[in-house]
Amino acid sequence: MEPFKTLESRTVVVARPDIDTDQIIPARFLKGTTRTGLGKHLFAGWPDFPRDEGARVLVAGPNFGCGSSREHAAWALVDYGFRAVVSSSIADIFRANALKNGLLPVAVDEAMHRRLVARPGARVIIDLAQRTLEFEGARVTFAIDPFARRCLLDGTDELGFLLAQQNAIAAHEKERAC
Amino acid sequence: MAQSEPRTLFEKIWEAHLVSAETEETPAVLYVDLHLVHEVTSPQAFAVLRERGLKVRRPERTVATMDHSTPTTPGRFVVEDAQCAAQLAELQANCSEHGIELHALGSEQQGIVHVIGPEMGLTQPGMTIVCGDSHTSTHGAFGAFAFGIGTSEVAHVLATQCLLQRRPRTLEVRVEGRLRPGVSAKDLILAVIARLGMAGGAGHVIEYSGPAIRALSMEERMTVCNMSIEAGARAGLIGPDDATFQYLAGRPRAPRAEAWEEALALWRTLTSDPGARYDRSLTIDAAALEPTVTFGTNPSMSAPVVGAVPDPQSLQEPASRAALERALEYMGLRPGQRLLGHPIEVVFIGSCTNSRLEDLRAAASLLRGRKVAPRVRVLVVPGSRQVKRAAEQEGLDQVFREAGAEWREPGCSMCIAMNGDQLRPGQAAVSTSNRNFEGRQGPGGRTFLASPLTAAAAAIKGAIADPRELLR
Ligand code: SF4
Repeated sequence: MEPFKTLESRTVVVARPDIDTDQIIPARFLKGTTRTGLGKHLFAGWPDFPRDEGARVLVAGPNFGCGSSREHAAWALVDYGFRAVVSSSIADIFRANALKNGLLPVAVDEAMHRRLVARPGARVIIDLAQRTLEFEGARVTFAIDPFARRCLLDGTDELGFLLAQQNAIAAHEKERAC
Repeated sequence: MAQSEPRTLFEKIWEAHLVSAETEETPAVLYVDLHLVHEVTSPQAFAVLRERGLKVRRPERTVATMDHSTPTTPGRFVVEDAQCAAQLAELQANCSEHGIELHALGSEQQGIVHVIGPEMGLTQPGMTIVCGDSHTSTHGAFGAFAFGIGTSEVAHVLATQCLLQRRPRTLEVRVEGRLRPGVSAKDLILAVIARLGMAGGAGHVIEYSGPAIRALSMEERMTVCNMSIEAGARAGLIGPDDATFQYLAGRPRAPRAEAWEEALALWRTLTSDPGARYDRSLTIDAAALEPTVTFGTNPSMSAPVVGAVPDPQSLQEPASRAALERALEYMGLRPGQRLLGHPIEVVFIGSCTNSRLEDLRAAASLLRGRKVAPRVRVLVVPGSRQVKRAAEQEGLDQVFREAGAEWREPGCSMCIAMNGDQLRPGQAAVSTSNRNFEGRQGPGGRTFLASPLTAAAAAIKGAIADPRELLR
């Protein structure tokens, strides 16, 4: 995975709350066996999705990515070109999936969220090392799991870390006779 | 030390499965007892193993089925959609390459992943269970910590039998009183979701407790835990009791003889200790609940069937108002409109929420000796081949057919509309499934979620109806 350091981009805004993964990528596009080529089906059911191929940052309403666990939602967003999703809250499974695909989930406070939603196409700068998002001269800090941040900054993935735990896993299996 | 402090059921399961505890810098490494696999979310995970030259660490702890894209046409097991066929073939190939038990289309134990796990006795108290599927929360009904994961994590579990996890918080939903006649587990969970909201359970494991929960059968408990994810929760959980043990006794994969006694002794310790603390709590009165139906485009937008569609103007917050306006427009509903009598064209009885034997019995109890309304299409899709067989032994298939409903082969079917079973644009359906998202049951389809009883009543009336009027 490509390391994620800083990102400067204009935004695309979809302000609706509770955007579920069925909206991000409808189930009829889940019949493939690869991770690629899903970008063209992103928000396929939404004729009003503001398509902007050059934008890297999606600003969305609260509880973005709720519903189905389909990682296809993260794959579709990345394939389309997004590298970060900014909201006031992001659903658990989607957040985990996004992080594994170099798509940075950024949860900002509601005041900043309102300002971003009001200005589609505005430029933002996201600095992962500093955990900051900058917009029209204002800068906010966002929370992110330190381990996930490390993985993104280094461009490594969790599987490598887990594979390095083989001994501990074997010990656990032995101890619990499982 | 933690041992002497009262612990919740969740904490007990969590601690027993820690390969290593979490620190500030790294999440916990959590051991997975049972990994369930289906065709849609696994091919890319097996591809990761192939790319990295990895093997499945514990194939015997991995069980696969075909459910999401399988046809449900009566008596036919031919997959016409070439993409679906290729995906199913890939699952077959992956399972044989890695020595994974597969319940393929047409085989005896095939069915929806969350129906067959419990049915075979694979799902047991105290386990950690994962699947690349958000409704894995269903298995929590047995006092297992069960949760949905993405495909990258499916690869992690295949390769290491472990996941990296931060410990979720706990939320107790205590349900007092008893459900009244005509009110079911589905109505209860819809009410919980309405109370919590779509994100109310985020970051939490919900433990359901209280007399109304204890009075539920195992199948009803599965319905409740199943939809925990619709409130954003990581998992749903119910402490095991005699109902749990009775359900499991004698199931093909449940422990036997001495092993059963040992398991039972352990399982009896799997309750939240008196005085154990939850991060949050919520109490609901079961006796106050009524048959419920959703009117919007997410499962939190529900009301009693005897109620009315809310008015967006009554909402203060602009984003919520806009969301409700858009939902009503999509659903073809007017603010203030009564729900009873709203015409529907399709009824879907099925899905991992409500496709088990008791669900089919409930629907059949209303349809027996009655007819489906003219021009209404009713699909009854059992959750598994075993459910189908048991229902046929009781003659339920006859009841459905005589009423004018379709009796189909098991699978996810119109819950996710990947297999050709789907709504046409603008069609309204009462469905016993779990998601009424825009387009979920087919592009432009309008879904009203309800219990099997309410769905059967709607089938008879051709409109949203109150099942209590038809109960004898
Ligand atoms: S029945 Fe529906 S919700 Fe359940 S596993 Fe199948 S597609 Fe998912």
